[in-house]
Amino acid sequence: MKALCWHGTNDVRVERVPDPAILNPRDAIIKITTTAICGSDLHLLDGFIPTMKAGDILGHEFMGEVVEVGRENKKLKVGDRVVVPFTIACGHCFFCQKQLWSLCDNSNPNAWMLEKLYGYSGSGLFGYSHMMGGYAGGQAEYARVPFADVGPMKIPDGIPDEKVVFLTDIFPTGYMAAENCSIEPGDTVAVWGCGPVGQFAIKSAYLLGAERVIGIDEVPARLRMAQEQSGAETINFMQEDVFEKLKDMTGGMGPDKCIDAVGLEAHGHTLDSYYDKVKTATFMATDRPNALRQAIHACRKGGIVSIPGVYGGFLDKIPFGAAFSKGLTFKMGQTHMMRYLKPLLDLVEQGAIDPSFVITHRLPLDRAAEGYKTFRDEKEHCIKVVLKPHGGASPTVH
Amino acid sequence: MTSEVNVADVERWASALGGAAIAAYGIKQLTDRSPAGAALAAAGTALIVRGATGHCPMYSAAGINTANGHDDTREHLAGARGVNVEEAVTINRTAAELYRVWRDFEQLPRFMAYLESVRQLDQRRSHWIAKGPAGRHVEWDAEIINEIPDELIGWRTLDGADVISAGSVRFVPAPGGRGTQVRVRMQYDPPGGKVGAAVAWIFGKEPSQTVLEDLRHFKQLMEAGEIPTTAGQPRGGKS
Repeated sequence: MKALCWHGTNDVRVERVPDPAILNPRDAIIKITTTAICGSDLHLLDGFIPTMKAGDILGHEFMGEVVEVGRENKKLKVGDRVVVPFTIACGHCFFCQKQLWSLCDNSNPNAWMLEKLYGYSGSGLFGYSHMMGGYAGGQAEYARVPFADVGPMKIPDGIPDEKVVFLTDIFPTGYMAAENCSIEPGDTVAVWGCGPVGQFAIKSAYLLGAERVIGIDEVPARLRMAQEQSGAETINFMQEDVFEKLKDMTGGMGPDKCIDAVGLEAHGHTLDSYYDKVKTATFMATDRPNALRQAIHACRKGGIVSIPGVYGGFLDKIPFGAAFSKGLTFKMGQTHMMRYLKPLLDLVEQGAIDPSFVITHRLPLDRAAEGYKTFRDEKEHCIKVVLKPHGGASPTVH
Repeated sequence: MTSEVNVADVERWASALGGAAIAAYGIKQLTDRSPAGAALAAAGTALIVRGATGHCPMYSAAGINTANGHDDTREHLAGARGVNVEEAVTINRTAAELYRVWRDFEQLPRFMAYLESVRQLDQRRSHWIAKGPAGRHVEWDAEIINEIPDELIGWRTLDGADVISAGSVRFVPAPGGRGTQVRVRMQYDPPGGKVGAAVAWIFGKEPSQTVLEDLRHFKQLMEAGEIPTTAGQPRGGKS
């Protein structure tokens, strides 16, 4: 089959690889009809995530048709149409039973690596480095899905792929970020980063009852999408001082809830962000937490900072004094996908949201490498790239 | 925890993580090391099993009374002699279920990948064969020296063992209905010569990690019904 493989920083290629096979009794093999490039894949392209190896197949947002099931998989049948959540969970451990699916104890074959780094290991993920399990990803024609009787959710016929493919990651991720804000009537929610996760966080914040949502970014196309698709107010951090503007917009109080949908590669233009770039470029730091610093600084007293953006290591110059002094609450982590699949599918079926609004580019799998670069360099107003491994979409840029 | 080996380990990782630069480097090392790591992980351990209990409180609690051969575990493993390992894991199953599976020694190679086979000789004694490097085998006879159903199995090796060892596994109900804490203690006397090299190969630099991976695989098998793997999945060609 064909698959998009990582070969090093700035080097991803589509190449021929062997077809996947059932390796464990609860596995399934999926023929992938639609897959996508995630903002977090760009951290791989940019070489920010350790324990990658040349030849690793990327991709963790995919859906398709079941073509083979393992002997112990009693839930799926050949021919089922499914979306596959990006976190892999066994369904039986302490964490799965508490619905903390992304913290599953039993799905990461390389748990010892994360234990060395973090003390304990979370769940395995598709296509996201060896410390996250080393599972081959879904930017490919086929993928093997472990514990496929827990994660994949059947999708009724009649709903197009593009309305449900983002149930695999970014819609639940944005939704959990908003849910973590415990939104109350009258709340103002500020969202740093208006990429795909930020767009879904904005939409979800409104769905969960926010009075106002303010999107913060520097890319005009993203700010425009937040305004047009969700009715959000926006701040371009290249043009305005984010703290002063947020303070002013909220009558001097500050936003009640702040979402950092940026993560470890923030592109800021403040003094501290240049400091971070120098330090990460010289390997003296692992992350660039500029957005997180702003969110902590700007949040109102007693507010909540929700962090769906990915961080990997040791963050420098975090204003913890401000966080303590203002009595902030922090919520974060990989998305507990299986909590959200059914409720969010219901929202799609009811017409409360059409997640395909974020798609700007449709490409065949063969052009995936080009898709990465277009997305990373924010060319052609790119916000979200979907790939069609088995055809079905002529390339479009909307 | 392995006494001295673990210190080196902690130092290594502390330094790897201390600074950010070093973090990147440390992880690189981790990656490079991963074939060995994977091997270790797979290693369910012959050694654990071969191994031995080690701990002397437990060992004396086991009440040993057999004859004094020159391979007597009491002599070789007195006090804290040899390599001591202690690891624990919490498994979301009852002590009785876990005990029953563990006590079926012939099934242990399912989650202790380094074992080639275990053969029960009688109610108390069994013969163990572990895979060493280059087709070598490491073998020993073991006997149960203490057994409390659903709670404890203690064992030690008998005269003529390639590795002199003793060990115990304890099953203690976890609080709040959270399953069972499974704790393995073992102690072994690292042999010299070719056998020693085979043992070192199996245990690597971190015997505690090998024991931990065995316990993890046991947990995965008991909770999830299978041990997660990526062995045999597709990947791209080398650049």
